[in-house]
Amino acid sequence: MNEAAATQSADIDLGLNIDVEADQYLTFIMADEEYGVDILRVQEIRGWEHVTPVPNTPKYIKGVINLRGTIVPLVDLRERFGVESIPYGPTTVVIVLKVIGEDSERIMGIVVDAVADVYNIEDGKIKPAPDFGSVVSIEYVRGLASINEQMLIVLDIDKLLSSDELQAMSNS
Amino acid sequence: MSVDMSQFYQTFFDESFEGLDIMESGLLGLDVGAADAETINTVFRAAHSIKGGSATFGFTVVAEFTHLMETLLDEMRDGTRMVTEESVDYLLKSVDCLKELLTAVQNKADYNEDFVTEVKVGLERLLHGDEASSKSEADKMAESTGDVEGWLIDFKPADYLLKTGNDPVRLINELSLLGKIETTCDTDRLPFFSALEPELIYLSWHIKLEGNVSKEQINEVFEWIDDDADITLSCLSGEPEKSDSSAGQDESAVATVTPVEEPEEPEEPLTEKPASESVPVASVVEEAKKPKADSKAAASKKPAKDQSSIRVSIDKVDELINLVGELVITQSMLSQLGETVTKETIEKLQDGLGQLERNTRELQESVMRIRMLPISFAFQRFPRMVRDLSNQLGKEIELRLLGEQTELDKTVMEKIGDPLVHLVRNSVDHGIETPEEREANGKPRKGTVELNAFHQGGNIVIEITDDGKGIDKDVIFAKAVEKGVINANESLTDEQIFDLIFAPGFSTAAVVSGVSGRGVGMDVVKRNIRELGGNIEVKSEQGKGSTIIIRLPLTLAILDGQLIRVGDDTYIIPLISIIESLQVEKSQINSIGGQAELYKLRDEYLPVVRLYETFGLKPDSTDLSDGLIVIVEGEGGQAGLFVDDLLGQQQVVIKSLETNFRPVEGISGATILGDGTVALILDITGLINLSRQSSERAA
Repeated sequence: MNEAAATQSADIDLGLNIDVEADQYLTFIMADEEYGVDILRVQEIRGWEHVTPVPNTPKYIKGVINLRGTIVPLVDLRERFGVESIPYGPTTVVIVLKVIGEDSERIMGIVVDAVADVYNIEDGKIKPAPDFGSVVSIEYVRGLASINEQMLIVLDIDKLLSSDELQAMSNS
Repeated sequence: MSVDMSQFYQTFFDESFEGLDIMESGLLGLDVGAADAETINTVFRAAHSIKGGSATFGFTVVAEFTHLMETLLDEMRDGTRMVTEESVDYLLKSVDCLKELLTAVQNKADYNEDFVTEVKVGLERLLHGDEASSKSEADKMAESTGDVEGWLIDFKPADYLLKTGNDPVRLINELSLLGKIETTCDTDRLPFFSALEPELIYLSWHIKLEGNVSKEQINEVFEWIDDDADITLSCLSGEPEKSDSSAGQDESAVATVTPVEEPEEPEEPLTEKPASESVPVASVVEEAKKPKADSKAAASKKPAKDQSSIRVSIDKVDELINLVGELVITQSMLSQLGETVTKETIEKLQDGLGQLERNTRELQESVMRIRMLPISFAFQRFPRMVRDLSNQLGKEIELRLLGEQTELDKTVMEKIGDPLVHLVRNSVDHGIETPEEREANGKPRKGTVELNAFHQGGNIVIEITDDGKGIDKDVIFAKAVEKGVINANESLTDEQIFDLIFAPGFSTAAVVSGVSGRGVGMDVVKRNIRELGGNIEVKSEQGKGSTIIIRLPLTLAILDGQLIRVGDDTYIIPLISIIESLQVEKSQINSIGGQAELYKLRDEYLPVVRLYETFGLKPDSTDLSDGLIVIVEGEGGQAGLFVDDLLGQQQVVIKSLETNFRPVEGISGATILGDGTVALILDITGLINLSRQSSERAA
C-alpha cells in the first residue's frame, strides 16, 4: 500500500521534473543484448584505438591506454564472458568507468560492440534477475528492467571489474 | 594592533617541531656529568624560541610549560645545576609532552592532561627539590597567585641590550602599567665619561612594584630579554611562600590547562558546487563528476595539518632560478630564429632545440631534487627510541647511524618512517640479548644496532643490522607449522623461512612484551615497503645477528629509460640496470640440455632471456644474431635480454599500473611516450625470475 503510494508520487514528479528516485543508465550492446551501467560511473566514451598490450595477463585484458595521463586498462567484455569475439568495427567503443572497490577507486575501460541509449529507470523497476542463462553470469547482474518492452540487463560493474576478480582470473 | 596571527601558525608549528627534534637529539647527545656547554645551549635556544613563539601566539599552556624546561636548562647552562640522568630523562619527557601539547594546539584537540601535569610536577620538583643550589628558585617559589603586596625587581640588563632592539625604559614603563612603581637607578657600573661607550648600558635598576601582581605578569614584561638581562624577583610581602609551593604549583598546572585560545576558524574552503540533480541527459560527463566534487569537499574539511611543507636550501632554489633564466634565454633565441626560417638558420634552430632539451632536463632534475631530503630526517628519532627501549628492557645497546646524508624523496621518507621504527624495535627487542646472555656467549656486553643508508643504482638501500642472537630457523619453522602457515613436511630454503616472519600474525617472541611480540607489524612492514615499490630481505646467522635490507626506489616519479622494441611493442628498460648492449656472436652462445641458453660474455656465462618468449610476443626474428642482447643486472644477477632493436633513450615519468589495474610480474610500471601511447617499464629482477620459472616449467 505504502509502496504503491510512493511510486505514484514518484510518477507525478516525473512529469514535472526529473525524478530523484530514478537513476540514469547508459546502455550498450554486446552480442545483441542490451546492458546498462550507472551513468554516474561513466567517465568517458571513446572510440577504439591503439592499446598497449600487457604481457602475461588474461586475454580479455586488451591492454592499457593513456587517458589524460592515467594508465587505464581495457577489458573486452565479449572475451571476459567467453562470447565469440567479433572484429572491432566503427561502432566499437570503449566505455571508461569508475569502479569502486573495497578500499580504492579504479578507472577501467570496457570494450563493447556499441553504445545504445540513456534511460531513466526507477530503482523499484529494476527486478532481481532469475538465472536466465544470459552470457553474463548472474553474479554480475544487478537486475533486469524493461524499456519499451525490451529487456535491459543492469550490470554491477563493481563486482564485474573488481580487482580480486581480475586477480583470480589471471591466476587460473 | 590587529594582525591576523593565524597566518603564521603553520610556520610556528613547523619551526617548533623542528626545534623539538633539535632538543631531542641534543639531549640524547648530552653526557651525564660532563655536559657540553654548546649542546645545552643549542637545546636551550630551541626551547627559548618555542616559548617565545607560543607566548606571542597566545598558546599559554605551551609557553608556561616551556618556561619550566627553560629554567632548568638555564641552570644547567650556568653550571649551577649538574646534568644528571634524572634531569635529562625529565627533559626528554618534557620534549614528548611539548610535542603532545603542540599537536593538540595545532589540531585544536584535547591533550593528555595527566601526562602533562605529571611531567610538569616532575620538572618543578627537580627545580625546587634542591633549594640550596640556585637563586632562581626563590622567585619560582612565589609563583602562586595568592595575595601579594608587591615585588622587588632587580633588573640588571646585559650591556649589549640596546643592540638587541630592547629599551629598558619601555620595559619599566610597561611595568608601571601593572601597578605603582618606585625605581632606583644603580650607577655603580658607570665608567668615566671618556671610557663610555654610547651603545652600551651601564645602569641597572631596583624596581619596587606595588600592587597585586602575579609573577607571570612580570615575567611577561621581561619575556623577550630573558637571555639578555639578570632579573631577580622577590616578594614584598616578606612572607616566604615556600610551604605551599608544591600545592600551588599543582593548582597552577591545572589552572593553565583551560585557557587555550581558540584561533579563528579558518575560512570555509570554497568547494565546487555539486552539479544539480536535474541535469539533462546530454551532460554525461558533468554528472559523472559529481561524486568527485563531493569527495573533494569532504577532503578539504580535514585539519590544516595535511598541508605539509618542505624546507628547501637556498642553494637549490638559486639553482632553479638560474635554470629558469637559461630557459628564458633559450626560448627568446628560439622565437627569434623561428621568425625567419631559412635553410641557413635550420642548423641554429636545431642547436637551440638541443639547448632547450638540456635546459628542460636540468630543470626537471633540480625540481626533483627539491623533494629530496637527507634520510637523517627519518633516522633522528632512533637514538631516543633505542635509548628508551634499552632502558626499559635492561639491555645495553649502541646505535650507530651511517649514511645519514643519503637523500631520498620526501614522500618515500614519510612512508618509510613507521616500518623502520618497527624493524629497529624488533632488532632491539628480539635481536639483542641481555648483557648477561651476551657475556655468556662471549660477546661484548653492549650490543650494536646499526642503521645504514646508501645509494645503489637507482635505489636507496637501508640496512638494519644487529649483532644479536639472530633468527632461529627451527623456531620459525615450528611456529609457522603451529600457526598453520605451512605444512610440517614442507621443505623450505633459508630465504623462504626468513620470509615467513612477514606472514600475518606471526611472532616468535616467547613473551609478548610492551615493545613487540604481538605479531602485528612485520606483514604491515612488508606491505608498506611493497607499496613504495621496494622490497625487503632478511639475512641472519644464528648467534651472530641479523640484517634486514630494504631497497627502495629513490624517487617515485622519474626514471632514465632505454626504449627497446620487440615486434610491434615498445618497452622501457631502466637505464640503471643496463650494463651494456651488444650484437650477438653466434660462437658465444651455449646451451645446456638443449633448453637454457647461455651467452659467454668475456669470462662469464649469462642466461639469455628471450623477451618475446617470456611475454608471449611476436618478434621480428627468433634468431639471436638478428637482434641485440642487452646485458642487464637485477637482484638475482645478470642476464642477457634478447630484443629486436634499441630505440632512443629518454627520461620517463613513471605511472603506476596498479592504480587502476594490478601488478604484473616483470613490469614495474608504465609511462606515456611523446606520441601519447603507453609503454611498459620492465622490472628486470622480476623478468629474470619470470623467465627462470618458465624455463623450469618447460624443463
